[in-house]
Parts: sequence; structure tokens; C-alpha cells
Amino acid sequence: MQNLRVNKRRNRVRQSAGDRVFDVISISLLLLFAVIVAYPLIYVVSASFSSTDAVIAGEVWLYPVGPNVEAYKAVLDNASILTGYKNAFIYTGGATLLTLLMTILCGFTLSRKDFFGRNIFSGLILFTMFFSGGLIPTYLLIRDLGMLNTIWPLILPNSVWPWFVILARTYMSNSIPEELYESASLDGCSVYGMLWYITLPLSGAILAVVALYCAVGNWNSYFDAFIYLSKPELYPLQVVLRNILILNSMDIGRVADLRNMATRQGMTNLLKYAIIVVSSAPLLILYPFVQKHFVKGVMIGSVKG
Amino acid sequence: MTINSKKIESPARNQSDFARKVKRSIPYYVLILVPLAVLLVFKYYPMYGITLAFKDYRVSAGITGSPWTQPLLRHFTRFLTAPSAVRVITNTLAISVYSLLASFPVPIVLAIFLNELRSNRMKKTIQMITYMPYFISTVVLVSMIIQFTDISYGFVNQAIKSLGGQPINFMGNKDYFRHIYVWTGVWQATGYNAVVYLAALSGVSQDMYDAAVVDGASKVKRILHIDLPSIAPTIIILFILNTGSILSVGFEKIYLMQNNTNLSVSEVISTYVYRMGLVNQNYSYSTAVGLFNALVNGLMLILCNAIARRVSDVGLW
Repeated sequence: MQNLRVNKRRNRVRQSAGDRVFDVISISLLLLFAVIVAYPLIYVVSASFSSTDAVIAGEVWLYPVGPNVEAYKAVLDNASILTGYKNAFIYTGGATLLTLLMTILCGFTLSRKDFFGRNIFSGLILFTMFFSGGLIPTYLLIRDLGMLNTIWPLILPNSVWPWFVILARTYMSNSIPEELYESASLDGCSVYGMLWYITLPLSGAILAVVALYCAVGNWNSYFDAFIYLSKPELYPLQVVLRNILILNSMDIGRVADLRNMATRQGMTNLLKYAIIVVSSAPLLILYPFVQKHFVKGVMIGSVKG
Repeated sequence: MTINSKKIESPARNQSDFARKVKRSIPYYVLILVPLAVLLVFKYYPMYGITLAFKDYRVSAGITGSPWTQPLLRHFTRFLTAPSAVRVITNTLAISVYSLLASFPVPIVLAIFLNELRSNRMKKTIQMITYMPYFISTVVLVSMIIQFTDISYGFVNQAIKSLGGQPINFMGNKDYFRHIYVWTGVWQATGYNAVVYLAALSGVSQDMYDAAVVDGASKVKRILHIDLPSIAPTIIILFILNTGSILSVGFEKIYLMQNNTNLSVSEVISTYVYRMGLVNQNYSYSTAVGLFNALVNGLMLILCNAIARRVSDVGLW
């Protein structure tokens, strides 16, 4: 081991010219790509903290010009955004909890070899990954169940998510030794006891991965809410954002004193940057802390797709 | 194997064996009852609703009571012979093929370059930055596109103006639509998609690199002869999965990017199904279009899997 490391270091010094050219090219491409990815994000943040005039005049390039927090005050005054936030929290929380519950139940049962008929059940779950009833039949079902304008279509239908089930099953059957179950069984432990005392405490890592993917997915999606909800007071954040940012229905009367058309448009423009920051901030701040879980999820998933 | 060993045993013994296995698994059935109920109600019952594609839906009669169409495939023939269908199918194919070709290779290159980096800190930093856009919602992404390309306030046009050019109305010109859709997709998903390949690359044994170095292989050669063959199975599997959805373009992003000027190139099957079904309340017709879409995707998946099996021995099943 020690030897190898020394060898590697010596090779580092004696790189061929071709390898050095390769390094220069690959590192510059990587840096270029990182800049391309990061720049729009930096621009949004800087613009949101700048003054209206500076943004209109195109003076903002990298850092805030004429720094102020006017736009943020206006955004946090906006009732529909706050309601959207609250609703999104409720829907995301509900969906994540339900999905976790279903994933635990399916993952555990399907990981047990003495579960008679487990192939049938796992087939039933996997099949929904490739084929579904489609938009209209599902919509008609939700309508006939009287679930329009309720939280249920947003959290219940997708709570058994095949990919999460595969992830949990793979993790549970690979990382929990069968001997644990055997000895528990000899001690008279029931199947429910095994789930509660063995599987659950040992599956924290995979459940964190599932919860994170599920929470991010739900927080960012708008389709289900868009289809099944028609009352504005029920809209989650993304639907509110769509109305404000893309359909341009924003009430800024109180904010901009309507000095003239240009100022008003400039203010709307600035507000949008602030809204983008306010709505994306929770995830982007959380992300560096949970990054390793996301990577882990992909690793486990790629072992056995 | 189990069947063979059972054949020797008497039928009566077999019966009790079956009963015993079922009885022993009762706790599992109890545990999976609720998830199964959710699946049956929300996933499998709507599959029965697919019969709508062959019926004329009447609100009063419901799905079961509505009469069958005469002839049975009327909705399908209507869709496939309509001039708008050709446009919708071409748009869907054009966008998803373009998208696949542009966004499939980039993460592989990113992963290989990252893997070659010697500085661990730089590797982590670049990975973190490129992964970031994954957390941005579709609504925010599309509004960023609209903001940035705004004809007077967007920084893209401000840059064009300061370089002495004429501002371009990117979102108001249908010629730009596909490029914007595809390349913003690359911007958002490359870091996320690269993680799978990085995971596969991290499994390559160091011995192979060392042996190659001893043999005098250059970096490019190591990439071509060690890295690429090692992640080839991952590449093939992901490619099969992607071709399986060649005739579907996700609804969320494209619907947000649609406007009156680009509808002729931006109307795809998923938005067409939505418009026909939920906006025009043409339930049966819309279901038929959706079913057609699902069937083509299924066929593509099977076809690509068969080709991949034949050529490379790697496949989904």
C-alpha cells in the first residue's frame, strides 16, 4: 500500500507532455462548466439585492449594485406567497411521511425470503413503474372519490413509489445480516417485532435518502396541485410561483408607488428575482449538508436497478 | 428447481405445504395490505379506466356504462389521421431525440474528467456546484429563462446590446424554443446525472490504473481502455431506459415554456393529452392518445433492450 502511494507520487512528477495537455484541457473545461452552472444562480441573488434602477440599466453583473432589501420586504408582505409556503410544507410533510411508511412496509416485506409470494407482490409494485392508467382515468377516479380540492391526491396515490421500494428492499436485504432475524426468531420474536426492533433501527440511512428525495420532489412539483386543486387558498408554493412568475399576475400596487410605467416594470422584475431566491433558498441552503445522502441513494440504486 | 423436488412428494403433502407457507406469511400479508390497497385503487383501477379509449364517455353513464365506439379504434384512427397529430408526434420526437443526444454524453464526460482530477477538494467543489441546479424547481427554472432572456431587462440581451448587437426576443421566436428547452435541461441535470457514473467509476480497481501506468498508458488511453469499458454497462442501461421514454416529453417544463408564438413546435403528446382531456373535456379521445403514447414507449423499451442484449449482453431483463 505504502509503496503504491509513493509510486503514484513519483508518477505525478514525471507526467508525460500528453498527460499534462490533457490535464490543462480537462481542468479548464471543468471550471468553465462550473462557472456556466453557477453564474445564473449568482446573478439572481445579486440582482435581488440590487436597486431597481441598477437592474434596469444593466449595471448588475456579479455583485449587488446599490444594495437594499426592498424587494424582500415586498415579497414577505405578499399573503399568497406565505400561504403557498404553508401549504407546501403541509403537502410535502404529509407526502414524505406517507411515502416513508409505505416504503418501510414494502421494503421490509419484500426483503424477507420467507415471505411466501413476494415475487408476485414485487411484480405488482414494479409494473406500475412502466405502465399506468394515464392522466384522464386517474383524474376521473380522484374526481369520483370526491378528492378534488383536498390534500389526498397530492400525498396518497404516489406514496408507493417503486424506485424507493427497490432502494429500501436492496438496502435491507444487503446490509442487515440474516443471522439477526434467525436469532430473533429463535427467541420468539414475531415478524412485527423484527420490523420494529431490527429492520427499522438499522435502516436509518436509507430512510433518510428516501425522505430527502421525496421531500425535494414534492416541494418542487406543481403538476398534481395544478390538476387537482382549484381554490387559491389551497395552492402550494409552486403553483403560486407559476401564477406570479410566469403568468405575471402579481399585485404590486401597494409596493411600487406607480411613479411611472418603467419603474413599475422594473420593480416587478426585481421582485421576481427576490421571489426566486426566497422560494429556492430552503433547499439550496439545506443541500450541502445532505449531499452525501443523495450520492448514497444513487450508489445503492445503481447496485441493483 | 423447487417444482422438481415437489413433484416427488404426494399431492396431499403439497397442499399442506402450501397452506403452511401461506399461514407463516400471514404477518407479511398484513403489513403489505395497506400499500397494496393504495396500489390497487390509485394505480390498477385507473388501468381499467383505459377502456375509455375504446368508448364514448358519457358523464351520466360512467366508465362502465358508456357505449363502445363503432368501430372500436375510432379514437385512435382519428388521432393518427389528424394533421395536428403528425405535428404533435414530430415535435415530441424532435425534442426528445435532441434532448437525448445533447444531454446523454455530457454527464459521462463530466464524470470522467472529475474522476481524473487529483485534487479532492476541487473535485468535491465542482461536483457540488454542478449538482445544485437539481434542487431548483421547474417553475423557477422556466421563470429564470424568461427573466434572463427578457428583451429589455434580461442580462442575456443586456450583454448582447453592450457588445453592440440587436436584442433578441428568445421566448417570442419559435426557432429558439428547442435549443432553449434542451440546453437549459443540460444545465439543470448534468451534475445530477453524473453521480451515477461517478459511482460506477469509483468501483474501478486501482490496480488496473497502476498496471496501465506501468505499461506506459497515457491518460487518454486509460480513459478509453479502462474507464469507458468499466462504466459501459451503466451507460447501456441508462440509454435503454431513456429510449423507453423517447415518445414522452415531461409535461411540467414544456407546458410552462409554451406560449402562443411557439405552440407549433412546443405542443407535445403530454400537453396535447392535457389540453384535449382536461381543458376540452374530451376524455375518451385524450385517453386513447395517452394509451398510444404508453404503448409506443413500451415497445421502444422492449426493442432497445433486445438490441442491447444481442449486442452487448447487458440489459434490463
